[in-house]
Amino acid sequence: MRAPSGPDVSFGDVLLSVENVSLSFGGVNAVSDVSFDIRKGEIRAIIGPNGAGKTSMLNIINGFYQPQQGRITFKGETRSKMRPHDAAHGGIARTFQNVALFRGMTALDNIMAGRTLKMHRSFFWQLLRYGPAMTEEVEHRHRVEEIIDFLKIQEIRRTPVGRLPYGLQKRVELGRALAMEPDLLLLDEPMAGMNIEEKEDMSRFVLDVNDHFGTTIALIEHDMGVVMDLSDRVVVLDHGIKIADGTPDEVKINQVVIDAYLGVAY
Amino acid sequence: MHVLYLIFIDPFVQMGTAPDLLVQTLWEGLVGGMLYALIALGFVLIFKASGVFNFAQGIMVVFSALTLVGLYAHGVPAFLALALTVAVMYLLAFTVERVVLRPLVNQPDIILFMATFGITYFLIGFGEFVFGGDPKVMITDDLYLPKGSITYKAFGGIVSLQRLDIVAVVVASIMVAGLGVFFSKTRIGRALRAVADSHSAALSVGISLEQIWVIVWFAAGLVALVTGIFWGARSDVSFALEVIALKALPVLILGGFTSIPGAIVGGLIIGIGEKLGEFYWGPLVGGGTDAWFAYVIALVFLLFRPQGLFGEQIIERV
Repeated sequence: MRAPSGPDVSFGDVLLSVENVSLSFGGVNAVSDVSFDIRKGEIRAIIGPNGAGKTSMLNIINGFYQPQQGRITFKGETRSKMRPHDAAHGGIARTFQNVALFRGMTALDNIMAGRTLKMHRSFFWQLLRYGPAMTEEVEHRHRVEEIIDFLKIQEIRRTPVGRLPYGLQKRVELGRALAMEPDLLLLDEPMAGMNIEEKEDMSRFVLDVNDHFGTTIALIEHDMGVVMDLSDRVVVLDHGIKIADGTPDEVKINQVVIDAYLGVAY
Repeated sequence: MHVLYLIFIDPFVQMGTAPDLLVQTLWEGLVGGMLYALIALGFVLIFKASGVFNFAQGIMVVFSALTLVGLYAHGVPAFLALALTVAVMYLLAFTVERVVLRPLVNQPDIILFMATFGITYFLIGFGEFVFGGDPKVMITDDLYLPKGSITYKAFGGIVSLQRLDIVAVVVASIMVAGLGVFFSKTRIGRALRAVADSHSAALSVGISLEQIWVIVWFAAGLVALVTGIFWGARSDVSFALEVIALKALPVLILGGFTSIPGAIVGGLIIGIGEKLGEFYWGPLVGGGTDAWFAYVIALVFLLFRPQGLFGEQIIERV
């Protein structure tokens, strides 16, 4: 896959920074004045109770939502307005809370779709399936097979993903994101709705992706055990406001975080 | 009893005793069927990429043919006019994406469907304004489309094939095969199927919805142009042609809205079924079957396969 660090951002530097970002829908403040950063090579968790604004935050980073205030700097470049496919060009891949796969297509085609931006031969050659386009297709197919091996989904590669059980769908979705060879991988509740074994498998894949490919990961998760085990640093949101930011151990004993999760007696 | 004989036995006896007429009927059905398949293909392309039934496909056939003939009437050489028409269809695709689809993104499908009605009426008005409403003749000679017919002595009689029909079948087949390969084998084809399945997932892997929409509307425009040329050459180029779009409906019901092979097979079944019905069973009800027979065929198929012949099986995990 790719070298662990791009030319512009080296390991441990800030890859993405979010500064004073706000977003509201009508009267609801989904995200208010939130700032944090994500460093190259780390696993960064975003946690918080339901409705805390975690997914909104991910959607802002990914370009699905435009923040009304604040700035986002990715790989040293500050942008005001960005569309999702610009984010993909820039090297941000993601998975979705409710799996968003191409249901009618096979697992293989789904993951190949992740390589859309890496394929450059004109469609005239692709149409003829000849020459450079064929070489390109074979090369990409090779990369995709590596990902399929890595995720241990060899036996389902020809199955339409709509027929797969939920846990495997999540894995295919991760494969599609990996096929983009992203600089930043956003995972929206990668373990939601999974049983304990599936969660363990998925945790291992997330750690392996981070280890082997050096991919920076930002993930949203509800399972506290998983978050504490996986992540290097945690940012905690509640009602759209950042209430804590630090290592898992620091966050765990933070009184404001405990109150947000358990409620406060008045 | 006599009625039953006329319905169930007599037509087949006729087919057996006069095979030349049967072959002639089948051939005419095949030609009509290929053209239906082309129109249906235009619908399928847009439906696959955006989930929208494009009501304007019929008028796009008329509009492209009118543009071609209209440009020629203003003194543009035939093949330059053809190239310019292709450019006009691209411009139309681009404009539709900018002005209609982009502002309506994420709206319910029914809204987009209604918007295609708007496009239809705009194109009718605009076409009449620019080219006038009177029927025109397709410029077959200048496009080097052949005339006349080839006659074979075969099957104990005479079978005659219009040269134009032969070219139409060949061109339609090439076009259909080309589009089939394009959408199943290329990166853009994969992107198109991706957009059809999930907009948000497609965006997340860097597929541009805008670009895909322009491509499919342009492809549908090209299909419309080819249909317009051949259909226009068989009758004439007028706004009445628009109703052939309605003939595509039973084809789509048969083939499924999402399947390119379905559009082809559906088109052939409807085309051939219609001609056989008209020729062998039509006289029993005093003719005029071509207005409704296609829908009856579609209905009968629907009883057995509600998702169409090739429609994607609806997979739902509960």
